[in-house]
Amino acid sequence: MPPDPLQLSAVELVHAVRSGDLTAVACTEAFLARIERTNGVLNAFLAVDREGALARAAEIDARRRSGKPLGPLAGLPVGVKDALCTADLPTTCASKMLAGYRPPYDAEVVARLRHADAVIVGKTNMDEFAMGGSNENSAFGPVANPWDTSRAPGGSSGGSAACVAADMAPVAIGSDTGGSIRQPAGLCGITGLKPTYGRVSRRGLVAFASSLDQIGPMARSAADCALVLEAIAGHDPGDSTSLRDEVPSYTRALDKPLTGLRIGRVPEHFAAGLDPEVARGVDEAFAVFRQLGATVHDVRLPHAHHGIPTYYLIAPCEASSNLARYDGAHYGHRAEPGKGHRAEPTNGHRADSGKERDGAAAFESPLVEMYCRSRAEGFGPEVKRRIMLGTYALSAGYYDAYYAKALRVRRLIRQDYLDAFQTVDLIGGPVSATAAFPLGEKTGDPLAMYLVDMYTVTANLAGIGGISFPCGFTAGGLPIGFQLQGPALAESLLLNATDRFQSLTDWHRRRPPLAV
Amino acid sequence: MSSASPSLSRQDVAKVALLSRLALSERELDHLTGELSKIVGFVSQLADVDTSAVEPLAHPLDAQNVFRDDVVTPSLARESVLRSAPRHDGESFLVPAVLGETGAA
Repeated sequence: MPPDPLQLSAVELVHAVRSGDLTAVACTEAFLARIERTNGVLNAFLAVDREGALARAAEIDARRRSGKPLGPLAGLPVGVKDALCTADLPTTCASKMLAGYRPPYDAEVVARLRHADAVIVGKTNMDEFAMGGSNENSAFGPVANPWDTSRAPGGSSGGSAACVAADMAPVAIGSDTGGSIRQPAGLCGITGLKPTYGRVSRRGLVAFASSLDQIGPMARSAADCALVLEAIAGHDPGDSTSLRDEVPSYTRALDKPLTGLRIGRVPEHFAAGLDPEVARGVDEAFAVFRQLGATVHDVRLPHAHHGIPTYYLIAPCEASSNLARYDGAHYGHRAEPGKGHRAEPTNGHRADSGKERDGAAAFESPLVEMYCRSRAEGFGPEVKRRIMLGTYALSAGYYDAYYAKALRVRRLIRQDYLDAFQTVDLIGGPVSATAAFPLGEKTGDPLAMYLVDMYTVTANLAGIGGISFPCGFTAGGLPIGFQLQGPALAESLLLNATDRFQSLTDWHRRRPPLAV
Repeated sequence: MSSASPSLSRQDVAKVALLSRLALSERELDHLTGELSKIVGFVSQLADVDTSAVEPLAHPLDAQNVFRDDVVTPSLARESVLRSAPRHDGESFLVPAVLGETGAA
């Protein structure tokens, strides 16, 4: 009897397809059926490509039967975050601005997945334009956490995290600008890797904050993440910020013993604000690493507590510039003249200038009016908030005080890491201060939502890699996440350390009791 | 930072909305005036960090400009790009008049 695809790891699935124990079609069908059963409850997928996925799987099976070579991900179903361009599927970034948009090309990562013979089953839900930490900012509805459907899966890659946690796909692709892979992975009990900035090409990733964005794998284990990273990493002439360094074999570096590995522990991570159950889970994980032969040392990151204010200046500034491309002219939503709400003049002159007769007069020209109305109709509240914040911080008179200041603090944050990695090989700690929080808990308070990224944003600011994985559960049955961060290009070590942790623990094998 | 407790007026927010090319409703303007003041107040804590001897870091890798040979490579087909445009005439994007009051496409 062929194995149940839902019970296999990605490594096992690829092996089963290659050896003929399982057809790619049977594998794809099993996951499509699972998506059909669960997506109504979880809303993890925004688009499912049933036909395309099955056709692709059939083609892979035919190639195997005729003895032709297969790619390293042959037959592996993958969920792709809707921030990555796919020429054959809508790419919306969970925004009304891009509803129904079909990009003219595939993102480099999507092209590499296809080249490796992966089967893309659909596009996963997310916070609009990747801005959020709960997936509640999606224009197409929030995602539910498979461990407790009244709770948020985290964000912004919430759909990718939930789809892996609920066995809707063995692996998924996410993107991480301030924690958007690691935080939802932690809250959903899966493994997620944010590689070093530039390790994976960003070409075709809808840009949010270009100096921070990075694509990475999300899966049930470090071994599965390694398999996917190996296929998507590497230099791309189409992304001038992608690194030219050779891609090592991540899958072959996994079982190295951790004897002598030095892991840093940051005392400030355990200050007020960290949930006691999470703190306990994290400390137990340090104990597991000691059992594996690693040593744990206190290290200081003196500027890490400035991470959130630094991030919430730099990321919105870059976003305000990146999102200027949505102008209603080239692609995306365009407001129809005379339709929708009558926008008010927004130049602030109405009250004190007799010249302004009505709203339209304030827009300079019909073209500017079209821009302003298209963007007002297409963007959701959080995206508008960040565009406004970034525009303000970059505007004349404020640039030095806000943007340039944040860039200086960014250098201090990076220097802290460079100093710390003189004495330790990796730094461990919590991913989030709490386990998954109830849907709706933070939606009324933008600042409270911003703070969910406090342990993750510093890696993006410094450009280094980080991985998160489950290290326990709360009494209420919610996953607790552990984060490891490493120096630039330490992906092999991050995956190796996590794989060794997962060889001694079974937290990553637990499945949510999802009633569907 | 320019002041210890920055606060944005409704008029400041309206000006930023126009710079951001966002037509906000009266209600949105009210909301954002409060929210942005709070967020700007929060990020202003960076003023307390001594950065007098620190250069800005715009990019984590200190990347250098990347040059390539000046050769023609294939680009996207015109129709594949225009396909997504809200209004086009088969050759160009169509937009309302850039100047004046009439001629909206």
